[in-house]
Amino acid sequence: MMLGATIIVFREVLEAALIIGIAAAAARGSPGRGRWLAGGAIVGLLASTIVAALAGELTNLAGGNGQELLNAAILAVAVLMLAWHNIWMSRHARQLARDTRQLGEAVAEGHRDLSALATVVALAVMREGSETVLFLYGLLAGGDGTTATVATGATLGLALGALVGIGLYAGLLRIPPRLFFSTTSGLILLLAAAMASQCARILIQADWLPSLASPLWNTSRLLADDSALGRLLHALVGYDASPAGMQVIFYTTAFVAIAAGMRLARLPARST
Amino acid sequence: MNHLASCLAIIVALPVLMPVARADEPDARLTIRNHRFEPEELHVPAGQKIRLLVTNLDASAEEFESHELNREKVIPGSGSASLYLGPLAPGRYPFIGEFHESSARGSVVAE
Repeated sequence: MMLGATIIVFREVLEAALIIGIAAAAARGSPGRGRWLAGGAIVGLLASTIVAALAGELTNLAGGNGQELLNAAILAVAVLMLAWHNIWMSRHARQLARDTRQLGEAVAEGHRDLSALATVVALAVMREGSETVLFLYGLLAGGDGTTATVATGATLGLALGALVGIGLYAGLLRIPPRLFFSTTSGLILLLAAAMASQCARILIQADWLPSLASPLWNTSRLLADDSALGRLLHALVGYDASPAGMQVIFYTTAFVAIAAGMRLARLPARST
Repeated sequence: MNHLASCLAIIVALPVLMPVARADEPDARLTIRNHRFEPEELHVPAGQKIRLLVTNLDASAEEFESHELNREKVIPGSGSASLYLGPLAPGRYPFIGEFHESSARGSVVAE
């Protein structure tokens, strides 16, 4: 059962680890970065155990769709936070370019910027963590393994997931400074679009949104969702082998709206 | 952390504040017993939306997951949960219980 625990924990951790890796890179140079992001992760972890403990009650809320409503709300807030971060960063990139004396001001405002990323980290950990807690609790309660083997397996899965997140972070730091900002904001833009698509999928599952087409296309022969690359691309850019039409609409709308917001924020202000 | 705390509070409060009545009968049923699905082959009509009710008789939670159906939902231990599928094109759509993947396997057959 140890290997089973490792694989499942790794799968659940992967998405959160990639998000944390991107957030840590995007927050590079901001004061208190470690404190903010670690704080976000800890809040998320606490929230995930509460969600797991209340899974039964949660499922029965909102006419049996409490889980969907919670996850859709988590994703919607995360999309807004990522959008806000990217637009805010675009505005400040322009100001910094115009007047280096404003650097101090930008740093002083750094805490506002990090609260958005910390929230995204907390939400990602909360979402993936609650499923992990339920799974591990089931293993222990069902006597499927001793505490030691389950703990070893879970730790190994967590370590592997963290390693992928750290790998992404380390890779991002190697990007030349000139391209660094556009790379991290590009990744955050794709992450937000991916989350918007996931949000639509969950609302369709609860029958709160029509699917419009289910699926709109199917590329599972080309790249399956459960392949290693499929899972990675799912977490990073929202790859879905057989998306519903509504998911594609959500993905495109989020992408275009945030990109337009970033473009507008970069335009010179009329009066300052 | 104010920002973060208020976001989390809103998110947690939402499901409580939005009770939606859904008394309609499910179109299909699955039961989980000893980490296996019953039936392992579930026949449903193609071309229409299906409300699937999954009842978990085991004490531990399970996650109903299917990439082919594009669905994922936690079924609490000794509880049940429903989700909507399709409308599906005729065909076979495998699903698994992610927490007990070696035994919990089945397929939805749309026809």
